[in-house]
Amino acid sequence: MSDTRNMTRVGRDGHDDLVEDLTGRLAPVRRLPAPWLRASSWLGAALAVGLVLMPLADLDGLRVRMAVPDLGLAALGALLTALTAAVAAFHTSVPGRNPAWALLPLGPAVVWIGASGVGCLRSWTVTGIEVADAHEMGGCLVFLLCASAPLSLALVLMLRRACPLRPNLTAALGGLAAAAAAAVLLIPFHPHDATLTDLAIHLVVVGAVICANTLAGGRLLAER
Amino acid sequence: MMIASVDPGPSLATVMRSRDRSTMVLDERLSSAMAAAQGGDAAAYRRLLKDCLPVIAGMARAQGVRPDAVDDVVQETLVTIHRARATYDPARPFLPWLRAITQRRAIDAMRRTGRRPQEVHDPIAYEAHADLGPAPGARLETGERDLALARAVAGLSPGQREAVEHLAFQERSLEEAAAITGRSKGALKVNLHRALKALRGTLSGTRGGTDV
Repeated sequence: MSDTRNMTRVGRDGHDDLVEDLTGRLAPVRRLPAPWLRASSWLGAALAVGLVLMPLADLDGLRVRMAVPDLGLAALGALLTALTAAVAAFHTSVPGRNPAWALLPLGPAVVWIGASGVGCLRSWTVTGIEVADAHEMGGCLVFLLCASAPLSLALVLMLRRACPLRPNLTAALGGLAAAAAAAVLLIPFHPHDATLTDLAIHLVVVGAVICANTLAGGRLLAER
Repeated sequence: MMIASVDPGPSLATVMRSRDRSTMVLDERLSSAMAAAQGGDAAAYRRLLKDCLPVIAGMARAQGVRPDAVDDVVQETLVTIHRARATYDPARPFLPWLRAITQRRAIDAMRRTGRRPQEVHDPIAYEAHADLGPAPGARLETGERDLALARAVAGLSPGQREAVEHLAFQERSLEEAAAITGRSKGALKVNLHRALKALRGTLSGTRGGTDV
């Protein structure tokens, strides 16, 4: 950064000096892969960690839950939110790309939250459904936060390789991607139906992770 | 009869097509130079940066950057180009990539300028600045004071009024006033002294003394 500042202080007639300076420091660079490819590799790595942990999960229970339409739809919505938010984050980190890419995760996020909301309604109207107690809820919250932190960090490090001209927007999208990916990773270890508290916890975590990313990640991305 | 044909010049559509063509040529040139620079070709990179200078300056001006800040924006944009060169995809046009960087650096520069304190926006300096002109209502007060003084002088005895007019208002010397009025210098001094005492009394409510 100080390098940059020194270079911009060469004065009004210093364009040629700066051009020579930059030319002298030129090194071959590897072009960044396409945003969707980078997003897929990030999400793939996250899901690979999930697969490693899969033997610890209740797979029979998972199969039963995924057969319930709204739970399956909520899981699909979370997965697509993570993917599309990551794609949007990588797109907005490249100069000249349309900022409207930021709207890409909107649809999947609506599906994710909407389907989770339907699950809450069912838990009110149908009796005999297993709901989580406060201890389990606390466990979910901790899992989501602990999973979101490394996912966010990995994403920010990948985004830093580009040049985000809107660092806060890029970091916020990264936060959404990380929170949604953490929600996907939680599904195999979430042995109960969705409740309003459950949905609220998810929303709080998504909001907190987006805020934390915007504050810390935005600064990290802007410093480049 | 021969009618001279007047050449109407190129049409607007022709001019626009020509500009589009030259923009495309420039874009292709810059794009291929950047592709070579990504591979480490220093000569292509130098050419690219030099070709970018007027383009960046034009974009910054179009964005509303002040003329004295354009050079800063140009240099900061060059630095960002250097940092972000890996993000350029040669399959895409170069100028939108360059414009996005320039616009961001221009906005940064304009924000910095906007945050810099300026004297006209400094409330303390504005309040503390001395106003050299007359205070509001000063003319009214002066007029009222002159009127009261004129009334008080009119109320003096003729000898005192004479002393005040010559010695105070017209700022004559005692010799001049004595020569004009035919009174002695001592009488004029006594009349002036009594006149001033009487005026003081009139203006503050008391009167005193007669002519010598």
